[in-house]
Amino acid sequence: MTNLFTTATGHLRARHRAEWRFRWLGRLAIVFSLGFLLIMLVSIISLGKGALSRTEIQLSIDLSAASTLEDVDLKKTVRTALFTTFPEVIERSDKRALLKLLSADSSYELARMIEDNPALLGQEPVLWFTASDDIDMYEKGAIDANLPENRRRLKDTTLGWVRALESHDALRSVFNTAFFTSGDSREPELAGIFSALIGSILSLIVCFTLSFPLGIMAALSLEEFSKKSRWSDFIEVNINNLAAVPSIVFGLLGMAIFLNVFGLPRSSPLVGGMVLALMTLPTIIIASRAALRSVPPSIREAALAMGATRVQTTFHHVLPLAMPGMLTGAIVGMARALGETAPLIMIGMVAFIVDVPQGFTDAATSLPVQIFLWADSPERAFLEKTSAAILVLLGLLVVMNIAAIVLRRKFERRY
Amino acid sequence: MTKTFTAIALVALTAGAAAAQERISIVGSSTVFPFSTTVAEHFGKATDFATPVVESTGSGGGLRLFCAGIEADTPDITNASRRIKASEVARCAENGVTDITEVKIGYDGIVLANSVEAVQFDLSLRDIFLALAANVPDGNGGTMPNPYETWAEVNPALPAIRIEVMGPPPTSGTRDAFAELAMEGGCKTFDWIADLKKEDKSAYKALCHTLREDGAYVEAGENDNLIVQKLAANPDALGIFGYSFLEQNADLVQGSIVGGVAPEFEAIAAGDYPVSRSLYFYVKNAHVGEVPGIAEFIAEFSNEDTWGEFGYLAEKGLIPMGEAERAQFAEDAASLTPLSLD
Repeated sequence: MTNLFTTATGHLRARHRAEWRFRWLGRLAIVFSLGFLLIMLVSIISLGKGALSRTEIQLSIDLSAASTLEDVDLKKTVRTALFTTFPEVIERSDKRALLKLLSADSSYELARMIEDNPALLGQEPVLWFTASDDIDMYEKGAIDANLPENRRRLKDTTLGWVRALESHDALRSVFNTAFFTSGDSREPELAGIFSALIGSILSLIVCFTLSFPLGIMAALSLEEFSKKSRWSDFIEVNINNLAAVPSIVFGLLGMAIFLNVFGLPRSSPLVGGMVLALMTLPTIIIASRAALRSVPPSIREAALAMGATRVQTTFHHVLPLAMPGMLTGAIVGMARALGETAPLIMIGMVAFIVDVPQGFTDAATSLPVQIFLWADSPERAFLEKTSAAILVLLGLLVVMNIAAIVLRRKFERRY
Repeated sequence: MTKTFTAIALVALTAGAAAAQERISIVGSSTVFPFSTTVAEHFGKATDFATPVVESTGSGGGLRLFCAGIEADTPDITNASRRIKASEVARCAENGVTDITEVKIGYDGIVLANSVEAVQFDLSLRDIFLALAANVPDGNGGTMPNPYETWAEVNPALPAIRIEVMGPPPTSGTRDAFAELAMEGGCKTFDWIADLKKEDKSAYKALCHTLREDGAYVEAGENDNLIVQKLAANPDALGIFGYSFLEQNADLVQGSIVGGVAPEFEAIAAGDYPVSRSLYFYVKNAHVGEVPGIAEFIAEFSNEDTWGEFGYLAEKGLIPMGEAERAQFAEDAASLTPLSLD
């Protein structure tokens, strides 16, 4: 007897230990995944926060001789302003280097300022201009002034000018609104995400309007109306398989059918949205079917018993109850579509787009593509743009996922 | 709810179709992409035309799209980091693309670089070939699988560190150019291999262009920034990428001397640096006049302020052509002189 008892306690102890071990392994797994997430976020945020500010240089512009915008030789005016600020610069090559303090866009900037405020004409106003990316990087501490001169992007003379500007308070750091309001540019200090963002939104609108109704109709037909047969099994297996097909395959399909057969415009959000719709359709069908299945049969039976037809039962009772689940599935599918680049390569949306797309057939790109293109650019200053764009994309994904949760919470019924 | 969404989308769709405007469509090489996009951006700002759309598809992919036909939905211009091949011209002609204008825009140097923390390499083309080829001469007129582990085994003057070179994958134009200029350049310094070229061209090409796959050459993907980061972290490794990345990252990496010449702006422009290639774009003449702005775009590209010695492309890392060459190509481009290969 005693013998049996001791072995039992021995077993018990071993089982407790095993349970304890398992719990701690589980906790460790959570700590690890959270840790990686944290490392990723911290590194992206610390890299990307620089993109929120930009450096500006103060210049006094001589517009006293001009009465209309057309009178102003924009390039020359800005150039002269810079040369008068540094009268000691005489050599041609030095003057060239001096011009590189300013962004390549400074003449257009001046034109915009005059358009916004025509009262500047005939005056000698003091205005702020965007500095070039090298100056911006230096101000943000990304260029080490202690390195030997031949290894630095900024030479000693330029550094001297920058320090002179600093000492006259003619250099300031401001919030970089251009990052959110302008399109792509080859000059890092001018590049923004606006056109990519609009491209993404347009593609998602097309994607949603195509895949959501289609997905719901398919799910309803499979779940509510069709009898279980070999055919429906076959279709079900295929839909599940389709959900796992690599997204680039949908891009190839889109290129072959939408571009080559239907002749739809290349690089357009219309085609992008259609390809993404193909990709999200299986996800939505699967989620919608699960949502329909979770509606208790008693509801259907009650409606049928009251004399409703199958269609009335489905649309008056089953669909409204399943809608929150379907919407959640659709939003999760959309979130995945938002992060896709691979299918867009094939249909020409991996492109340099400056202008903001004006409609569904205009050339456009998307946020993840913008991130990819910036990550591939030689200029150092694109590094922070890349990280900032990733943050914007992550932010959008979080918003979409929160929307999914809120919708579910709000409309979910428990039985 | 769904109804409202559909209605909104349909209205937006029809509105969108009306708003789309015709713009120049450019495809092609990822090496030319930064230059082409810079010009496109300037062009969009300086003129009333819409900013051209520039896609990065690779030289081969771009030419395939370009040669698909002369319909309005085919690209108007394609960029290439190598010259168009006779087979591609034939394919173009088959599809009705008979008149093509070739515009050479300048040069790009391919550099072998390592971290500034390490010693600068001084390589000959033969060193590069012996270090990176899959098969190397065994000294008896035959070949053997590459036995070299360290740089010192290749050439006693080089440091005794393990050979580790990070470079682009086979799909890249940079890789093609590297194989052609550096590898083949070193390969044919062996007399018997140079003779082989006349006898068996495919065997010659296989021997000279095949890179080793035993870990000494690491395919690091198309992202050159990544290679630069890896070089900074690993002082023993070398990397292969375009000159513009060296110029932007001079605080992290240094270019190796190849054939006695350092990869510097002047040396590449003068044609002294051995591993440099020409960059081109090709214009579909049938589209000039059909799509608004093509002639103006060519004019913007071949402007001295753009591709000249002090033009804005030089700042982006393009190595300009000589003055006479620039003038010649600008003239051909303006008159849309059709290309003839030979």
